[in-house]
Amino acid sequence: MSATTASTPVPGRAKDPRASAALGRRRARTDAVIRFLCMVATILGLLFLVSILATLLVKGAGGISLRVFTEVTRPPGSEGGLLNAIIGSLIQVSLATLLGTPIGLLVGTYLAEYAGNSHFGNVVRFVSDVLLSAPSILIGLFVYQLLVLPFGGFSGWAGVVALAIIVIPVVVRTTEDMLRLIPNTLREAVIGLGAPKWKMIVLVCWRAAVSGIITGVLLAVARVAGETAPLLFTSLGNLNWSVDLARPMSSLPITIYSYAGSPYEDWITLAWTGALVITLGVLGLNILARAVLRARR
Amino acid sequence: MSHSAVAEGVHVAPPRPVTRRGGGTGDAVFALLCRASAMLVLVLLGAIIIELLLGGLPAFRAFGAAFLTSTEWDPVQDVYGAGVSIYGTILTAVLALLMAVPLAFGIAFFLTELAPDWMRGPVGTAIELLAAVPSIIFGMWGFFVIVPMMATTIQPAIIDTLGELPVIGDLFQGPPFGTGLFTAALILAIMVLPFIAATMRDVFLQVPGVFKESAYGLGATRWEVMRRVVLPYTRVSVVGGIMLGLGRALGETMAVTFVIGNANRITASVFGPGNTIASIVALEFGESAAGSLKLSSLLALGFLLFVISFVVLALSRWLLRSRLKG
Repeated sequence: MSATTASTPVPGRAKDPRASAALGRRRARTDAVIRFLCMVATILGLLFLVSILATLLVKGAGGISLRVFTEVTRPPGSEGGLLNAIIGSLIQVSLATLLGTPIGLLVGTYLAEYAGNSHFGNVVRFVSDVLLSAPSILIGLFVYQLLVLPFGGFSGWAGVVALAIIVIPVVVRTTEDMLRLIPNTLREAVIGLGAPKWKMIVLVCWRAAVSGIITGVLLAVARVAGETAPLLFTSLGNLNWSVDLARPMSSLPITIYSYAGSPYEDWITLAWTGALVITLGVLGLNILARAVLRARR
Repeated sequence: MSHSAVAEGVHVAPPRPVTRRGGGTGDAVFALLCRASAMLVLVLLGAIIIELLLGGLPAFRAFGAAFLTSTEWDPVQDVYGAGVSIYGTILTAVLALLMAVPLAFGIAFFLTELAPDWMRGPVGTAIELLAAVPSIIFGMWGFFVIVPMMATTIQPAIIDTLGELPVIGDLFQGPPFGTGLFTAALILAIMVLPFIAATMRDVFLQVPGVFKESAYGLGATRWEVMRRVVLPYTRVSVVGGIMLGLGRALGETMAVTFVIGNANRITASVFGPGNTIASIVALEFGESAAGSLKLSSLLALGFLLFVISFVVLALSRWLLRSRLKG
């Protein structure tokens, strides 16, 4: 071995320094071009976000006034607001969160604390992940078949159920992830004190993971607050004031959808204002969720 | 105290084994609750599939297998086919990926290897926030900002250049409406971009530092490290991330509904109007009476969309499994 290294101090063919330099230049050039393109891609990505926000601000900020939040939707040209849409959205989103969160929490707990690597656990995890990305319009169709057709009409409740189905997998994912971050020694310490498993989970694990769980709930709220497609076939929308969950109920996304497609100038302005409100709300919730997670770490 | 008792050699009775009072029932009830909730998720999936299938059954019965390929959608004659919307769904989703994947790769490469440390957090968050913008906002933005831009500048320019070429020219022909399949694909690309970019970034970050360092130590440039070390190491997960984006693009509804042009025919040009499964369901649902064959056809379309997205998402999840375990 020493003989071979002695005969050829550098392995490989003999090198032509000029060819090597040219090769080096070419490699450096390729690298620089690609790095530049990557920077352009990132700037382009940011540009999309900026453009959307700027459009919303330019077209929506002018329409913001007290009237938007105090008046109900009215026929075009008569100074209507979005009050019933905002209230309808608040009611449906909060009820959906109240309904979906406990279920999602329990499923996430099951996956992290009970299922382990069992076959059943893996199937549940897989199905929950598929539901997380499943087209939301199909959830709407499903609830239409399940609750609207048999019970004789569109209702706020149907909208609530559709949104709750979307909440569940979001909460499942974050709950499981956060519970898995808790060190096992903590669990062993609690069990070692003689506490039953359910107390270990409820009083110690949930408490340790609470910021993560809150993050999940906030993200779920942000997700369903902007959902339009599942509400098209469930709560339908309502141009009059109504807080009766047994009847069709107005919501902000649906109102924006119908107003944006209308030919009336003032309705379109109102749609932009609604769009600005909902986007700021959703992005605000997302930023808040991140802040909650970071504050506890 | 017990310690001193032991020291004095006094016999101490071993503590009686404590029977856990309440723990047994409490544990059983809690475990049952958790298990029942987990069961509910499975039931939910089953119920979705069954309800959509049952709802679509009259349409499947009336038109048979031809429903999948028929391009007819005629409410007057009460004849419906899924051909146009399946074509539109797949074409827009694939076009969207063609546009989104290179961009997403660039962003992920930039965020993991190129950007200075202080920039990675804020830029990464901004890209993730793009994923949080509601679908309907993308629709409005697309309709009021992108569509006029397409109609006045981008489409005429492409029609005059690429549209003049032989063979592929037909793909880029037709009047520049602004709306249409291509615009829908562009909006979809922007919507799935953050999902793909975030997944790619996460898997790139999982490449062990020593691998990259040894390549850098040999004098490799950053692109060579990405190309020869990071990409081969993360190949499977990267494809999984792309499939995740595909799954999202297939079922996206509101944004597409705004810009696709809503026409039930297949045109040769990508600038032509069209339909996707999700957009036709959203647009035609209001005009379908309960119990009609049209409503059943829409539910049948929903069932098909569910099957397609389920397969794509399952594949994505399977490809990403190593990342999920790690």
